[in-house]
Amino acid sequence: MAEVNLKQVRKSFGDTEVIKGVDIDIDDGEFVVFVGPSGCGKSTLLRMIAGLEDITSGTLEIDGRVVNDVQPKDRGIAMVFQTYAIFPHMSVRENVGFGLTIAGVSRDEKDRKVMEAAKILQMEHLLDRRPSQLSGGQRQRVAIGRAIVRDPSVFLFDEPLSNLDAALRMDMRMEIAKLHKQLDATMVYVTHDQVEAMTLADKIVVLRDGIVQQIGAPMDLYHKPANLFVAGFIGSPSMNFMDVAVRQASAESVTVEAPALDPVTLPVASGEFAGGGGAKLGIRPQHLSVVEGNTGGALHGRVVLVERLGTETVVNVDLARGGNIVAALAEDRPLSVGANVALSFDPAQAHLFADA
Amino acid sequence: MAARSTLTQSNMAGWGFALPAFALLAVFIILPFFFAFAFSLTDQRLISPNPTRYVGFENYERLLGMNILRIEPARDDAGQIVRDANGDPTYPRVRTFTRNNPDLPHLQGMREWFGWRSGDDRVVVLARDVLFMKSLVNTLTFVIAIVPLQGGGALLLALLINQRLRGINAFRAIYFMPVVISIVVVSLLWRFIYDGNDGVLNNILHGLTLGAFQPIDWLGRTDTALASIIVMSAWQAVGFHMVIWLAGLQTISPTYYEVATIEGANKWQTFRYITWPGLRNTAVLVFIVITIQAFALFAQIDVMTNGGPLDSTQTLVFQAIERGYGKQDISGGSTIAVILFFVVLAISLVQRYLTRERT
Repeated sequence: MAEVNLKQVRKSFGDTEVIKGVDIDIDDGEFVVFVGPSGCGKSTLLRMIAGLEDITSGTLEIDGRVVNDVQPKDRGIAMVFQTYAIFPHMSVRENVGFGLTIAGVSRDEKDRKVMEAAKILQMEHLLDRRPSQLSGGQRQRVAIGRAIVRDPSVFLFDEPLSNLDAALRMDMRMEIAKLHKQLDATMVYVTHDQVEAMTLADKIVVLRDGIVQQIGAPMDLYHKPANLFVAGFIGSPSMNFMDVAVRQASAESVTVEAPALDPVTLPVASGEFAGGGGAKLGIRPQHLSVVEGNTGGALHGRVVLVERLGTETVVNVDLARGGNIVAALAEDRPLSVGANVALSFDPAQAHLFADA
Repeated sequence: MAARSTLTQSNMAGWGFALPAFALLAVFIILPFFFAFAFSLTDQRLISPNPTRYVGFENYERLLGMNILRIEPARDDAGQIVRDANGDPTYPRVRTFTRNNPDLPHLQGMREWFGWRSGDDRVVVLARDVLFMKSLVNTLTFVIAIVPLQGGGALLLALLINQRLRGINAFRAIYFMPVVISIVVVSLLWRFIYDGNDGVLNNILHGLTLGAFQPIDWLGRTDTALASIIVMSAWQAVGFHMVIWLAGLQTISPTYYEVATIEGANKWQTFRYITWPGLRNTAVLVFIVITIQAFALFAQIDVMTNGGPLDSTQTLVFQAIERGYGKQDISGGSTIAVILFFVVLAISLVQRYLTRERT
């Protein structure tokens, strides 16, 4: 078990800087998820922790020891790859025990440790099979088994579920969550899937273009996104953004207005909005609700698309006074395309961001 | 309807395009292949006024016929073994058994291949066609030596050039160069290298040993001729197999190597557990191709030694051509070709079996 600390970590490939000064502190036993769009550097960052990529500058500490120049095998880490990377020519038993074979561990001890890992993953019955006889989920289990056998202080997962189908992905997600509780190990997990991030993480690191956007617990990110990017990235469907003009700003509230929106007062500290001017109003689709009649302050428009999921109904609305907004309405609503609706929201749940 | 007629038409066109190549293959490869089987059962000659006769397996018997003869030492009238000056027993000559000996008609015409002493007796292995046996042994020696030399050497080169280094393409080109040069040209050039008086190899060895090395006529001695041809042949084709190995190396997922890095595998372990298993299919291909090519050894012999000295570089294909065209004995040459075919087939099947995917 170990802490992992990254201090001003940078990585360049030639002239291209892909990791631009990252500071992250991962506590002992914590489950941390790196999330971000493709090319944000999350996998590179993980591979730097693993030692598969050099660190251009900055320091990486595992358990208080600077490991920038330590060989991967001596960092006390184990890694699970997206493509599983289990060897087709070895049985499951040999695959799981691969690290022990390399380390020259005695046969008895190897058998014992492989069995232990197999028990944890409930795959004792698979041990004598060949990878070609396994399903995708079972293969990923073998890859995780190989990591467990190493008895690492830090587990690294590089998009381990991306190659699985949706149903299996959910099962494996729960398995990994259980595994984390059971092993109580520090885990660093890379994904582009925000659902995986939200459900698994103790702490999420949102990355974009090699820069940390925000670090926090899943619900902190959801309720208090630090910037427009995080607000738009976390939550599904994405948050609606509307250009607004600041009309009035006081110590505890800011009043904004837009062509499509009558003036509304938000209970946010004026801070950077004190000077007036433009801002971006963010409203989560889930925070919009349909109101009857011509209530003041509502957003009026016409439904252009309806997605009925049973638990919620996602409607895409063209606003009468310009713009477009997505609302996720609780439960099944028999709305049809072309219907006129009025949507309102609780100003307390709206977010206000400075213009980028 | 339209789709169907297009399909038939394009099918016709496909056959049309394939026809010239197919016809050439048929005339020069497929037909001769069956002709060889047919001729090997006859006494067909290249040019002969006599009609061709079916002779069954006589040609095979004439090539493969072997026998073991145990010769007792010569004794004087008192029954004592006659010994020479060194005290070794003396023996009657082999030809007294194999020529016009009415008691041993089955040994008629056979010659001594090799022999050894067993007690006071001498055991002699007789062959009906000693030259064929020698060429068979030489061919097998060549194959056994060249498969590891050429296959292993090519793998070593492939591992060396499968790195991201500056100028690595220059090395790839250099190693591949001999492949694009005709084997006849290469053989001619290597004759100068191996030359007994002023050859490059002798000069280099002479220089390296500060004059202590006495020049060797590499192609003119029975103990160095075949080895010299083996080394040259391995050098000539090593680049070709290097490219095949390289292709195999590049199909191995880099993630496997990352796993090895994380597990702390050293270079040998990485090769043993990742590279070599990943090259299984490539290895089957490379070794079978080298084996087949090695059995077909001809051009080097023809250019460099003509089978000599003292038949030490005779090979099966060289003999097949020598007999078929040199001696106009088409049936004899065909028989050698058929035997060669079965030897190569058997070895390839064994190799395939040994390198099969175990599940």
